[in-house]
Amino acid sequence: MINRRDFLKSTGKGIAGATLTLAAYDFINPGEIFAKRPDIRQTRWAFLVDIHKCVGCGFCVKACKNENEIPYDANVSRTWVERYVITKDGRHFADTPKAARDGFITSKIDLGMGRFQDIKGGEIEKAFFVPKLCNQCEDPACVQVCPVGATYQTPDGVVLVDGTWCIGCGYCINACPYGARFFHPVTKTAEKCNFCYHRISKGLKTACVQACPFGARQIGNLKDPNDPMTKQIKTKMVGVLKSEYGTKPHVFYLGLDQEVI
Amino acid sequence: MMVHGEIWTIKELFVYPNEYVYWSVQIVLYPFMTGLVAGAFVLSSLYHLFGIKQLKDMARFSLVFSFALLPAAALPLQFHLMHPLRGLNVMMTPHFTSAIAAFGIVFATYAAIVAAEIWFVYRKFIVESALALKKKTGKSLYEQALQLVYSVLTLGSYDVSEQALHKDEKAITVLAGIGIPVACFLHGYVGFIFGSVKAKALWSTPLMPVIFLASAIVSGIALCILVYIIATNLRKFFAADSAKKWIKVDLVAVQTASKALVYAMVVALTLELLDMVFRGYTAVKSWDILREVLFVMDFTKIFILQFGIGNLIPFILLLLPRMTIRRAVLTTSLVLFGVAMMRWNVIIGGQINSNSFAGFMHYNLPIIPHDIETFKEGLGGVLVVFTTPFILFYAMNKILPVFTLEESHE
Repeated sequence: MINRRDFLKSTGKGIAGATLTLAAYDFINPGEIFAKRPDIRQTRWAFLVDIHKCVGCGFCVKACKNENEIPYDANVSRTWVERYVITKDGRHFADTPKAARDGFITSKIDLGMGRFQDIKGGEIEKAFFVPKLCNQCEDPACVQVCPVGATYQTPDGVVLVDGTWCIGCGYCINACPYGARFFHPVTKTAEKCNFCYHRISKGLKTACVQACPFGARQIGNLKDPNDPMTKQIKTKMVGVLKSEYGTKPHVFYLGLDQEVI
Repeated sequence: MMVHGEIWTIKELFVYPNEYVYWSVQIVLYPFMTGLVAGAFVLSSLYHLFGIKQLKDMARFSLVFSFALLPAAALPLQFHLMHPLRGLNVMMTPHFTSAIAAFGIVFATYAAIVAAEIWFVYRKFIVESALALKKKTGKSLYEQALQLVYSVLTLGSYDVSEQALHKDEKAITVLAGIGIPVACFLHGYVGFIFGSVKAKALWSTPLMPVIFLASAIVSGIALCILVYIIATNLRKFFAADSAKKWIKVDLVAVQTASKALVYAMVVALTLELLDMVFRGYTAVKSWDILREVLFVMDFTKIFILQFGIGNLIPFILLLLPRMTIRRAVLTTSLVLFGVAMMRWNVIIGGQINSNSFAGFMHYNLPIIPHDIETFKEGLGGVLVVFTTPFILFYAMNKILPVFTLEESHE
């Protein structure tokens, strides 16, 4: 039978031993690392979409799927383009067949469940295309609800997903008001647009910006007053999507119509 | 290539390309099963804490059944994860701004309380069984195993003096007292998980936790009455002829529990209707599409199946005088159906409308599985979750008998 003195002695030794071993580990503190890279604090990535310039060709969607390895035929996409049609008799239509991967090649509006509505040019009062992608919100609902912290916001404002830690609960997907998230059909983890973080952090443009033949998409640094995108956001009338959710989205739109949902 | 959710989702009108019914039937079962756990525990506490003597027979049964239901409440979560093996990550790096990060902790706390209470309730029996088996000579292998189980279960405490048993009683009261708020928290918390999703119009209401809690108590009481009656009759069916006359359903207990059921139903129904009226009256942006979901798409499921068959009819049956066993069986079955429909209409119904507010998603439950996904999130998975508590209850009953013959004589 162990007596009290021996018990206390061996407990003390055990605790001291464990502490020493643990002290050998150098815990990585993200704050320390970012302090060594001041450039990252001087960046806030944002996006500007000029709705007037978009023709719905779908090149951006194709480029994104190829760049980010989203299976080409899978019915999900990090970015997509929506078509809005309002007729002279006041009917409203919107669709995005295959996320507009192949562009809008027919005047038939996809109503779902295999039904289509053909609208002749003469009937149309107003029509336009709206590219969409993750809004890289300042207060992202998806980051808030992730139970394991697998999705997080970088100091330069981009929301990323750690696919090796995601448990696949789908809470973030349901929490996003924009429908930006989905399960990757191969990795089975949450997936979303990350402004091509691997490219922009090297000084490149995102795949969609590069692929857009009409300059409808721009990416830039909101903290840099000389950035061409920032100049436009600061001087022109821009809107954001669904501000009522309080997520503070950072994809800005020029020419945003009230019909856009 | 099929995307998760694509196989059971049919899109109508304008739905964002990445939207599917991501939370399917397992997430319907999750609040349903947790609700049964919480409700069963509350029923058992009515006897242990508030001393409602008429419920004595049913109290012990509810307590053990509540424990048997616990694993079945966690099973749906495991089934719906895309990476079930990473489920434990929640315990390793809990991200507490998420409403589900603390689920494991709340769940484990509750399980510990129920386990402790069961232990105190059964302590005398465990000690007596362990000692009796110890004395016995010529034990079979089964009895040897049983002796080991009982010896371990005593946790080394063989004191069953009057004084010690009195202390046990006190401990049971304390545990039942702590257990009620924890059980309520467990289920209110489940409601919060949905109520806090601001992107889903139907879920997003601060009433969600209380609505879930009230319907949880309704379903838990109903299930306990139902299973108690069925189990007693089964016992009678299999009992020796001489014992048959001693085994009968305690009608007074059933009537008392039915009364508790009425009160719980009034609260649940009031809250649910309040939510609907408030949404209609304030008519914010989402109301146009919600009205479409509630009164057109889901009209039959909500107003006929849930409120009509699941609430109104059983409510009338409960209020009629002279409750009989048969009527209790019918009533509680309908109540359980109603609560299950409510869970369905909230979880699946909440995902019917697209976040675009301009389109709908229809959910089709996979019946015949053709891969692991359609099994887990289809009829197969439902059956596994539904049968688990009964198998566990059967096994637990072998070690800790819920019904004992001597007590039926009393």
